[in-house]
Amino acid sequence: MHSLANTADDQLRRNLPLILWVLLGLVVIPVLYIAGVISIGTVNKLGRYLSFALVAIGLDLIWGYAGILGLCQALFFCLGGYAMGMYLAHHGGPEGIIDKTGWKLPACLFVVYPYKVGEVPGDAMVPWFWKPFWSLPNTIFLGLLIPGIFAFIIGYFGFRSRVRGVYFAILTQAITVAAQNFFTMNNMKFGGTNGLTRFAHICIARHPHGADVCQQSALSFDLSTDTVQFTLYLLTTMAIFVTYLLYRYITQTRLGRILVAVRDAENTLRFSGYKPYVYKLFAFILAAVTAGLGGLLYVPQMKIITPYNMGAERSILIVIFVAVGGRGTLSGALVGTLAVNLLYDFLTSFNQPIPLTNMLFPGGLTFAKAWPIVLGLLFLAVVLGYPNGLVKLPQHLLGKFKKAPDSDQIGAHQ
Amino acid sequence: MAMVEGKANTRISEYLLDSPIESRFSEEKYILFLQGITAVFDGFKALDIEALGIEHNELRVIIGPNGAGKTTMCDIISGKTRPTTGSVYFEGQNITETAETEIALLGIGRKFQTPTVFDSLTTYQNMELALPGHQNWFANLYSKISPEENNQILSILERVGLKNELHTEAKYLSHGQRQWLAISTLVLSNPKLLLVDEPAAGLTDAETALTAELLLELKGEHTLIIIEHDMDFVRQLDSPVTMLHEGKIMAEGTLADLQQNEEVIEAYLGR
Repeated sequence: MHSLANTADDQLRRNLPLILWVLLGLVVIPVLYIAGVISIGTVNKLGRYLSFALVAIGLDLIWGYAGILGLCQALFFCLGGYAMGMYLAHHGGPEGIIDKTGWKLPACLFVVYPYKVGEVPGDAMVPWFWKPFWSLPNTIFLGLLIPGIFAFIIGYFGFRSRVRGVYFAILTQAITVAAQNFFTMNNMKFGGTNGLTRFAHICIARHPHGADVCQQSALSFDLSTDTVQFTLYLLTTMAIFVTYLLYRYITQTRLGRILVAVRDAENTLRFSGYKPYVYKLFAFILAAVTAGLGGLLYVPQMKIITPYNMGAERSILIVIFVAVGGRGTLSGALVGTLAVNLLYDFLTSFNQPIPLTNMLFPGGLTFAKAWPIVLGLLFLAVVLGYPNGLVKLPQHLLGKFKKAPDSDQIGAHQ
Repeated sequence: MAMVEGKANTRISEYLLDSPIESRFSEEKYILFLQGITAVFDGFKALDIEALGIEHNELRVIIGPNGAGKTTMCDIISGKTRPTTGSVYFEGQNITETAETEIALLGIGRKFQTPTVFDSLTTYQNMELALPGHQNWFANLYSKISPEENNQILSILERVGLKNELHTEAKYLSHGQRQWLAISTLVLSNPKLLLVDEPAAGLTDAETALTAELLLELKGEHTLIIIEHDMDFVRQLDSPVTMLHEGKIMAEGTLADLQQNEEVIEAYLGR
């Protein structure tokens, strides 16, 4: 920006929240873990929540900035997740057979293999679309590319024919439900409702496809060990910070301002010679690729991926993360995801019924059962009472209401 | 420019006679030509223009009572609405079926009736998006405002008194300021033809006078079509006027001519 004094002091103050977050994620939590204060289970949980944050930050870009309410972010997440799932299943448990072409049939596919009439277990074959996911580099590449391609197809036709607002939300919702049904079918050879599981190793070395070669390799890492889980946490944390910096850069360029203009008055923008659909497509694809990255990182930490993860309610959950954290702020996506998930984690740890609920329900209601209600109330409370989201709370409490010239936080109102 | 003299309902339209589109002559004469344009919405004929030509570097004022089709005409020229029949020619090129983005890039800029600015962007950012030559999406990931562009933005904003509001989000600007901003972005985008829909609506007298001054300054190098209700403003512009009524061109001439035209008076005051 031209006349803003960009002194080192200003820079520092602007970046202070980011620096604190990086310290927390990459120093404090690792130190606490190594010191034995928090368990690997907690670290693993944070790693999983942070991979959701990757989906949320993408949604924040398309919804908070460009005003596109996409309800298929969970699908993009799962496309990345299934890519990683197939890779891990290839190198998974020993159950299963070696098929006629010499490929080891993954254990999770073996148990639900859809045999044709007359086929015996020996006739099962590794499907062709599983084979590209044998190597890790391929898997990572495809896990990012496939969500991008899907986003391109949905976005190209949707945005070009000017499908907007609630219609776009419904369209993407419908696509997600259709995809979930597709992945649920055993015949599709994606493991059906069981999903992909029985993971064992991450294998860095290149090796021929076959049975137990991977387990014997020196460059093979056991997923169940603490070290591997801790490394995955660190990778996820670094991924979220790199993504955040990239997104922050984008939203501060002219392209970022055009995205905001798309949200404010898409039609007006056309008369200035811009093609709004190009910008929407860019944001939508970038968000999908980021969600795919989230999926790639989530699956080795969760050690299972099922069609449940791409359900319609999962996409809406992401919307709630962003709304609670604060739309159009980027950091709000991170804050909201962690806040909602940690609240869930905290409330569902009580096994006792909530006081007084036994007057309404026989035996009372535990927080685990009441979670959807709690979530709904939280969403309503934020939307009605605090539409700027949690990320504005510290500023509010400190009474610092002077307008900061911070284009990272272009107003989230519409 | 041929003018209506005296008698009502006579339009002396020489471009009707010399079959403009076929002749190279007309292409040189008119920057914009509407030929046989009709726009029908649900059986209602909102616009029915046999022929209307705008010469290079002309300032043409379009007046007419509510529902006369003024804004519809703007919509058709800028590509927002497609005409039911007829063609629009811009610099000899048929733009009837061209998308609005392409029309904008050809050099037709537009200010809408209600000042449309981008609410969440600051005044300066609104101006930035209006700069010509930055419509390539990828370049927008790294391109910066050049010092010349910056000076250009600041000098326009200084003229219209928005220099103190550089970093105010447009949603906090007053109505008058939003009008200014919309006009400023249009001026900055430097189109060949400016469609200005009611620039003086909601402005004070002093502001109206400044708007007229600004628009007149553009006249030398740009072609302008200005739609306006405010007769004081039209008088200040002192330019040829076309009057639309019920979608048709009713009269053309100077404002003084039109004000003596009984039919025009009747259309404005009601029957």
